[in-house]
Amino acid sequence: MPDPKYWAQLKIDPETKILIREGIPTILNPLDKHALEAALQIKEKTDAEICLVSMAPSSAVMVLREALAMGADRAFLFSDRSFSGSDTLATARVLSAGIRQIGHFDAIFCGDFSLDGSTAQVPSQVAELLNIASVCHVESIKWSEEDNFIWVTQKIEHGDVTLRATPPILLAVTKEINRPRHISFLEIIEADEKEIRILDNSGLGLEPKTIGISGSPTQMADLILHKGQREGRIITGSLTEIVQQLTERLTQSGIL
Amino acid sequence: MKQKQKYFIFAEQRAGVLHDVSLELVGKCRELSDKTGIEVTAIICGKNVRTLADVLLVQGADQAIVAESELLEPYRIMPYTSLLADICKKYRPDVLLFGATSMGTELAPRLAARLNTGLSAHCIELDLDGEGNLLQFVPGWGAGLMATIKCPGHRPQIATVKPGVMSKLKVTTTAKGNIIEFKVPATLDTSGPTVIKVKQKKPEKVSLEKAEVIVAGGWGIGDQQGWRLLEELAEILCASVGATRPAVDEGWAEEDQMIGQSGKTVKPKLYIGIGISGVMHHTVGMDESGLVVAINKDPKAPIFDYADIGVIADYRGVVPALTRAIKEKIKSLTCHLGDN
Repeated sequence: MPDPKYWAQLKIDPETKILIREGIPTILNPLDKHALEAALQIKEKTDAEICLVSMAPSSAVMVLREALAMGADRAFLFSDRSFSGSDTLATARVLSAGIRQIGHFDAIFCGDFSLDGSTAQVPSQVAELLNIASVCHVESIKWSEEDNFIWVTQKIEHGDVTLRATPPILLAVTKEINRPRHISFLEIIEADEKEIRILDNSGLGLEPKTIGISGSPTQMADLILHKGQREGRIITGSLTEIVQQLTERLTQSGIL
Repeated sequence: MKQKQKYFIFAEQRAGVLHDVSLELVGKCRELSDKTGIEVTAIICGKNVRTLADVLLVQGADQAIVAESELLEPYRIMPYTSLLADICKKYRPDVLLFGATSMGTELAPRLAARLNTGLSAHCIELDLDGEGNLLQFVPGWGAGLMATIKCPGHRPQIATVKPGVMSKLKVTTTAKGNIIEFKVPATLDTSGPTVIKVKQKKPEKVSLEKAEVIVAGGWGIGDQQGWRLLEELAEILCASVGATRPAVDEGWAEEDQMIGQSGKTVKPKLYIGIGISGVMHHTVGMDESGLVVAINKDPKAPIFDYADIGVIADYRGVVPALTRAIKEKIKSLTCHLGDN
């Protein structure tokens, strides 16, 4: 996803209402690091293989390198011009088709949401299209190897739910789950040897009418830069003056 | 006459307690029904939930669909998806709304994928376009952008709505709507994880979402003593205390006091933000507030872009002085009353 530090530079094409992201660096979605860390902790105990999957422009290779350096084994990047403009359902179609191609898996780990769109919709939709169960808002995972049960706590309003799951399952994690490891320079160099496979739609074979803008049931009717419409009055002066102006204003607005 | 549009609301309950957002959604649909003919149906499922159906009718729903079964208590994603898909296939709603809660945000996307339809997330406003499509207003990119989403070619149009941003009906009626019992089919999908334990405590104070005045603090508060100054101001204003993520991480405030993207959305009449820089992850949760006052010593803090009144000063001076001034003001008011 685009680096939040540069979001202030985002512009909207007035004609197409599409977000202009050019010139904004791509970073790994912060929650995805937590998801990878959760998988890595299980790998340390079970000798699992970790495979990264991403749908993104080909420039995302750098981001995948970083994630490989954290300890993932290999990566798949699903990248095709025809994927652009996909809403969450079309995105989930691409991801689930790609995951099917890779083959057998026990669990899918992902961030609960991405920081940019923040829809939190893709995880459940990928699970649905793969016909597997899912748990979102996951705060802890314990994989018990003897019986192959996965113990999960899910955050709910003012509390949590403890669930017992079995593979295959999709788990979407919150930032409370762990603290992602840092990577060393050496690990980044070593990750250069790990495989990143880039697949376009000729490899996935999705019907054009199910992906991209035409395959998305939702449409962007409008997109506006949301600028606050506030008075923006700055109160200055001595402490007494500041307090006086504040109390006057609070009285005016009927709060005091 | 044109047929009424069918708006369905997933009325969320856990352990027999209805989530407020469900009533807010009923209120919003009633408001939209002034623009076009809408029949509002609430879906309630679980075990022994019939009394909740009555609540939904009193709060403005035209009818309630009740699905009761042992298999639906407690909530699990697979049975609920399967049940809601069956209900949608039978009744063909035009719109289906969920609260953007822990439950709603995982359930709605799965259902939308199963029904091959579109949905939008965390809406803060709903409206109708000229063709009767639902317009869904969604903040994104940390609220820097506002997108209007619609789903013209697929039904139902599904959306999750942020709790606290819409209002339930003020005036309630006597329930005159009817209750439809939906027989839970034998084909109900009971797969998926087993619920071992549900832990949920009741929130003690007035919830932030309902507070009329909020005093919120951020990382700039610096320490526990500073936080105390903020709480004293809140007390005199009868305000609830809110916090940013860093303030919660520092242990000055509880998790359920957090306002913003991963916390609550609030819209008090008065919001006073102290020592809050104003990153988008926080402001997305407060920028619907009435009067916004920001106190911060950093003149470049982005919070000032979201404030009606900005005070560029060290809060350690301003806040206690403001508390004292308000105390005196209240005292003088009570004296006047005494004179009469």
